[in-house]
Amino acid sequence: MARNKGAVIVNIERCKGCHLCEEACPSNVLEMNQQTNAMGYHYSYMANVEACTGCASCAYVCPDACITVYRVKS
Amino acid sequence: MTLQEIIQPENKVYGKTPLLTDTPMHYCPGCSHGVVHKLIAEVIEEMGIQDITIGIAPVGCAVFAYNYIDIDWQEAAHGRAPALATAVNRLLPESCVFTYQGDGDLAAIGTAETIHACNRGENIAIFFINNGIYGMTGGQMAPTTIEGMVTSTSPEGRDVMLEGYPLKISNLLTILDGTCYVTRQAVHTPATVVRAKKAIRKAFENTLAKKGTSVVEFVSTCNSGWKMSPHQANQWMAEHMFKAYPLGDLKDQ
Repeated sequence: MARNKGAVIVNIERCKGCHLCEEACPSNVLEMNQQTNAMGYHYSYMANVEACTGCASCAYVCPDACITVYRVKS
Repeated sequence: MTLQEIIQPENKVYGKTPLLTDTPMHYCPGCSHGVVHKLIAEVIEEMGIQDITIGIAPVGCAVFAYNYIDIDWQEAAHGRAPALATAVNRLLPESCVFTYQGDGDLAAIGTAETIHACNRGENIAIFFINNGIYGMTGGQMAPTTIEGMVTSTSPEGRDVMLEGYPLKISNLLTILDGTCYVTRQAVHTPATVVRAKKAIRKAFENTLAKKGTSVVEFVSTCNSGWKMSPHQANQWMAEHMFKAYPLGDLKDQ
C-alpha cells in the first residue's frame, strides 16, 4: 500500500527539546539535534526524513506548538 | 518527492494557531500546560469566538497565561478565578468566560469558590490542570496528591492516615445541580489530545448555550516537580494517576 509522504518544520527557537514528539512519532522520524538553540536546548529535527507520513502525532503532543506538518497524499 | 515539494502551503495539515502568541512559554520542557494552552487557543479560533472570549488566569504555573493566548484576560487572586468569572459573566452576559486553574488553585485555596460557582450554575467553563502537586513552589504535596506519591513535603509518600485522601474534586462537582458537563481528560498521547480538544469544544459550546458550568479536568504531569523526564512522567501518570483519576465523562447533561 502506498503511503502518504510527510514533512515537518520545527520552530527551532521555540523548541525545548522535551523529546515528547520523538516518543509520539510512530515512524521514528524525529530526534534531538546535537546542536542547541539560543535557549540551550537540543532541538527536534527530522533525522529519518523518508519515513515521515505527515500523521501530525508529533505536533499534537508538542507543548510549545513548534511543529508545522505538511502531507502529500499518495 | 523532495522535501521542498512537500513543504508547500497547500500541503499544510497542522501548525501553530495564530491565537497563540509568539512569546515563548515559560513552562518547563514537556509540561502539559503548553498542550492545553494550545488546544484552548485552537478551539477558540475554530469556533470564531476570539472577540467574546474572556479568560481568567490563576495563580500558579499558569499565572502568565495571558501572555500566550491572544484574547481578553483577567488575573484573579489565588483560587478566586471562579468568583471573578462569575462577576465578568454577570456584567457581560454575552461573553464566553472560562477559568484556567491548577490543582493548588482550584482544589486547595479555591475549593469554596469552585464549589459555590458550580453550585450556582454560573455560565462559565472551568479548565482544571491536575498534576497532583504544587508545581510552581517546588513540588509540595497538594490535596490532590495521590496515595503513596513522593513529593518534597511527603518524602516517604503520602500517608492517608496522616494526610488524608486525595481530593477528587471533579467527582464532587458532578453531584451539584449547577454543573452540566464534568469530564476528565489527559494530553499525554496524540489520541488523548484529540479527545481533550473535543471536551474543550463541548465546554465552550455549553457556555455559549448558557447550559451551566462545564468542568474539564486534565490529569497532567509536572516532570520537574516529580523529578522525572517528560516521557517518564507521562508513563508514571498513565500507571499511577489514572487509577486514582480515571479518564472519561463524569457528567453530561
